[in-house]
Amino acid sequence: MVEQVRKLLDRKLKNALQLEQLRQTILNDKDSSRVTVSVCGGTGCRASGAQAVVDAFYEEIEKQELQVKIEFKETGCHGFCERGPVVVIGPEKIFYQHVKPEDVPEIIAQTVINGEIIRRLLYKHPATDEEITYESDLPFYKRQMRLILGTNGEIDPTDITQYIAAGGYSALSKAVLRMSPEKIINEITRSGLRGRGGGGFSTGRKWQSCRVAEGDIKYVLCNADEGDPGAYPDRSILEGNPHSVIEGMIIGAYAIGSNQGYIYVRNEYPLAVEHARIAIDQATDYGLLGENILGSGFDFKVTINKGGGAFVCGESSALIASLEGKVGEPKAKYVHMSEKGLWDRPSLLNNVKTWANIPLIINKGADWYTKIGTDGSKGTMIFSLVGKINNSGLVEVPMGITLREMIYEIGGGIPGGKKFKAIQTGGPSGGCIPEQYLDTPVDFDELKKLGSMMGSGGMIVMDEDNCMVDIARYFIDFLKGESCGKCTPCREGLSKLSEILNRITHGEGRPEDLETMQDIGEILDIGALCALGRTATNPVLSTIKYFKDEYIAHIRDKKCPAGVCRKLIEFSIDPEKCTGCGVCARACSTKAISGVKREPHVINQGMCIKCGACFDSCKFNAVIKR
Amino acid sequence: MTKYWISSETSVEINDAPDVNAVHFNVDDKNIMVSAGQTIYEALQRMPGIGEIPALCYNPAIRPYGACRLCTVEVSEDRGKSFRFVASCLYPAKEGQIVKTNTEKIRKLRKGIIELLLARCPDVRVIQELAKEYGVEKPRFSLGGHDCILCGLCVRACQEIIGKSAISLVNRGIYKEVAAPFYAYELGEECIGCGDCSYVCPTGAIIMGSNGKPVLPRVKIPYAEVGAMTSKEKLSTSQK
Amino acid sequence: MDSELDFATIQAVIENSSTKVEALIESYLDKKEQLISLLQDIQSEFNYIPGDTLVKISQKLDIPLSQVFSVATFFQSFSLKPRGRHTITVCLGTACHVRGGQRLVDKIGRDYNLKPGETTQDERFTLETANCLGCCALGPVVVVDGKYESQVSPDKLDKVLKKYE
Repeated sequence: MVEQVRKLLDRKLKNALQLEQLRQTILNDKDSSRVTVSVCGGTGCRASGAQAVVDAFYEEIEKQELQVKIEFKETGCHGFCERGPVVVIGPEKIFYQHVKPEDVPEIIAQTVINGEIIRRLLYKHPATDEEITYESDLPFYKRQMRLILGTNGEIDPTDITQYIAAGGYSALSKAVLRMSPEKIINEITRSGLRGRGGGGFSTGRKWQSCRVAEGDIKYVLCNADEGDPGAYPDRSILEGNPHSVIEGMIIGAYAIGSNQGYIYVRNEYPLAVEHARIAIDQATDYGLLGENILGSGFDFKVTINKGGGAFVCGESSALIASLEGKVGEPKAKYVHMSEKGLWDRPSLLNNVKTWANIPLIINKGADWYTKIGTDGSKGTMIFSLVGKINNSGLVEVPMGITLREMIYEIGGGIPGGKKFKAIQTGGPSGGCIPEQYLDTPVDFDELKKLGSMMGSGGMIVMDEDNCMVDIARYFIDFLKGESCGKCTPCREGLSKLSEILNRITHGEGRPEDLETMQDIGEILDIGALCALGRTATNPVLSTIKYFKDEYIAHIRDKKCPAGVCRKLIEFSIDPEKCTGCGVCARACSTKAISGVKREPHVINQGMCIKCGACFDSCKFNAVIKR
Repeated sequence: MTKYWISSETSVEINDAPDVNAVHFNVDDKNIMVSAGQTIYEALQRMPGIGEIPALCYNPAIRPYGACRLCTVEVSEDRGKSFRFVASCLYPAKEGQIVKTNTEKIRKLRKGIIELLLARCPDVRVIQELAKEYGVEKPRFSLGGHDCILCGLCVRACQEIIGKSAISLVNRGIYKEVAAPFYAYELGEECIGCGDCSYVCPTGAIIMGSNGKPVLPRVKIPYAEVGAMTSKEKLSTSQK
Repeated sequence: MDSELDFATIQAVIENSSTKVEALIESYLDKKEQLISLLQDIQSEFNYIPGDTLVKISQKLDIPLSQVFSVATFFQSFSLKPRGRHTITVCLGTACHVRGGQRLVDKIGRDYNLKPGETTQDERFTLETANCLGCCALGPVVVVDGKYESQVSPDKLDKVLKKYE
C-alpha cells in the first residue's frame, strides 16, 4: 500500500502535503491488532548473539504462519547492552533479557499469543531480586529521558517508512518549507544547544558564523569519528536512527546555505556505515535528500567517508585534513573553520549527537528545549555508563542529574559489593572524579570545574580493585600511541610521561617523579598545538590531585594498594582455605601451581607471571593477592 | 601622538589614524608599526632587539608549520584583560594586540620544550646551545640518540620550494620520521639532488652523500623486502 | 604453497589481481582527495596494501609517492605487511581495560608468540588491538574476522580461537 502511494506520487515527495499523506498511509496501513516484537540489533546485542535470535524469530513466524499476528522488527540499540540480546514485546513493552534462540518458540507461544510472562527471562533487581516485567519499570530506564535514543528501540533503522511513521522528516519539511534560514538559526541559538562532541560551543553561534562567512560553496560535516575509548553513543545513534542525523544535517545545510555534506565515520563501526548508507539512499529515493528537496528548490547531498583509524582525527582540523585525503595532522586554528574549513571553504562541523538534536528542537521549539537541563547546559546528554557497574549501557539523561544518581539509581551501583573509587568522564583527556564529588550535577561547566570534561559522553566507573596509577598509565599510553607526532610537547612529552608512569607501576618510581609529571603537564597545557595535546595530561593531573596516596604507595612503599600492578604484587595460596580441587592449577597457563589432589596447592613464584587466573578461578577465596 | 618603533633603531611619532597598510601593536611594552599581512614572528624578525623569540621549525622561504612550539608567545586582544598562548610563527599580527614574548610562563615552557628536545637529541649542537641559554642542564628523562627534531623543514622545502616531494614524514607519534617511500636507503629519481633539505635542516641531521643525494636521518626496512612480499600475497588472497 | 601451483595459474592469478587493483584505482581518477577510501578498498580486497599498489596509485592519481606512503603509514587501519588468514582484534578501550582486556593480549602473546601488529609464522592469525569497539557494556571484547565475542575470559578465548584454523 505504501509502495503504491509512492508510485502514485512518482516516487519523490514534492511537498509537505505529500509527506503527510505518506505518513498517514503508513500509519493507516499498520494493523494495530498485531503484536510488535522487537529485537535489539545494535552491535552490543549482536555481540551477544542477537542475530541468531532474529533468525529464530523469522523461522518460527514463518513456520507457524504468524505474519498477520506479529509485527517483527530488528531495531537499533536499546541501550541496556549488558543484558543483550534484548527482546521487547507489545505496546506495554515486556522486557526480556539474555534471550537465546531456543527461547523463541516459547516467547511466541506464551507471551505473544497467550499474553503470559516468562519469568526466567525477566530482569531481576540486583539488590532486591525483584522481577521486573516492563521496560519502563526497570531502574535503568526509570530516571532516563530518552529524547534522542527513544526512537532507536522503536524502529528498524533500515526502513525509512518506520522513521516517517514515528514523525520523521516533519522537522525538515517545517524548516525548508516554512522557515527562513535566519529563523532556524535563531531557534537553535535560543535553544541553548551546545556542541555534544566535547567542546560545548554554542551550536547556534557556530551556525551563524558559518552562514555569514563569505563563499558560495560551503560544507556541512558530521563528526562520527568517535574515538574515545569507553564511549559509543554516536555509533548507537548512527546505527539505530541514522535518519535523525541526516535530517539534522539537511536542516543545518539549508540554514547556512550548503549543498554538500560529509559524514566522517570510524572504520571500526561497519554497521553504522552500512545503516547510514542505506538511510542516505532511501532518503534520496523519497526526495528528502538530493535535488529539490520536498519541492523547496534546495539541493543537498551527503557522502560517507570512512576514517583511517586515528583518534586525533576527531579533532576538527585533523578531520578536515583526513577528508582531503591527507595525513590527519591538526593545524593551528587561528582562522576558524566556519570561514576556512574543508578545501578552505566555510564548513560547519557538528557531532552526531548534536545533529540528532536538531529535528527535535525544530519540531518542539526552543522554548520547550530550554526547559530541560541546567542554566548553562540545555537538553539531554547521552552517556555510555560502563566499567564496574551493575547496569551498564547507554543512558540518556537531562543535564544536571548528579553523578550519584547516574551510578546508583540508573547504574544500580557497583557489582559484587565492592567500593566505588572513581568515575572517569570525558574520554582519555578527561579526568577521574572521586567519591566526594558524586553529588555534582553533570553539565559542561561543572565537570570542567572538577578537572574533567563532558567529552563525547564516556563514563567509566572504577571500583576499589582499579589502580589509579595504572589508569593514568593506560590513558597516557593510549594518547602516546594516538599523538600525531607533529608538535614537540605532545610527541616528546607524552612519551616521557609514559616512561615515568611505566617506571612507577614497575616499582621503580622516584620521589621527584610527581613534580616532573606536573611540569610536563604544564608544557602540554600551554604549548601543544591542538586540543588533544593540550588536555592530554588531564588523566595524570587529576589522579595526582585526587589519588596522591596511591602514587606515594607505588613510589615510596613499592606497593600497589589495588593489587593491579603486576611487578608489585604476589599471589600465594592460603593452605587453610585451599581444598586442593585443582581448578587453579588447570587455569594457570604457565603451570606454576602444583599440589596433590585434595591437599593444599602452592605457587612457584619463579614461574608465576601474575596473570591472576588462579585468583579469578578459585571458588574458596584461597588465593591471596598481596 | 604615539611613538611607534618601525625598526629596532627607528621610531616615529604619528597620529592614531587608521592605516590599512600598517598594523600597530604592542610587544613587550613597546609600540611597534609593521606592514600588514604578517605573522607576529615575521614582523619581529625585522626588528632585532624587540621581543625575544627562538624557533627551530621556521624558515622565511617556507610556509610556517607550528611544530616546535618554541616561538609560543602570550597574546591579548582585549587590551590586556586576558592572554592566551599562540605560536607566533602562525599567528597574524593584529591591530591593537598586546604581545608578551618573555614572561615567566613562556620561559618555563621554552625551558621544558628544550629539555624534551635535548633528551631526544643530546648530541645536537643547536639544541645544546639553546639549553645553555635557557638554563637546562641535564634532562630529567632517558636520553635518545636522534639528530632529527621532526621540524619538517626538509619535507616542506622539497615540496614547496623544489616542487618534488621526494621525502615525507611517515608514521605517527613517537614513530614519526623523515623517510623516502618504503624507507628506501637511496633516494630515487624523484630526488634531483639539489641539497635543499640538507641546507634548511636546523640540526644537521641530513647530510649530502657521495652519490650527490641526501642521506636521511635514519633508514628502516629497505623497499626490496616490502616489494618481495607483494606477489606472494596476491596468490594467497585470490585462492580464497 | 607457491610450488603447488602451476605457472599458468600463477600468471592468471597475478593478472586477475592486478586488473582488479587497476580498476579500483581508475574508479578514483576524478576524486583523488578520497585517497583514504581507496586505500581502504585495496586493503579489503587484499587484506593488506601491497607496496606496488602504492606506486600505481601515485602514478595514476598523480600524487607524489612520498605522500601516498605518508598517508598509508599514518593511519592505524592500514597494513603494508601481509596478514594472517584470521584477524584477532582485542579491544583495549577503557571499559575493556578495567575488566582485564590486557590479560587477553598477554595470553595470545604467550600461546601464539604474537605481539599486537604481528602475524603468526604459519599465517594463521594476525593480532591487532583496538582503542574501543564501542561494545563497552560487554567487555572485554574480542573480534575474530568480524565476529564479536563478549565478556571474554582467557578460558573462553581458548575455545573461540580453536574454531579458526
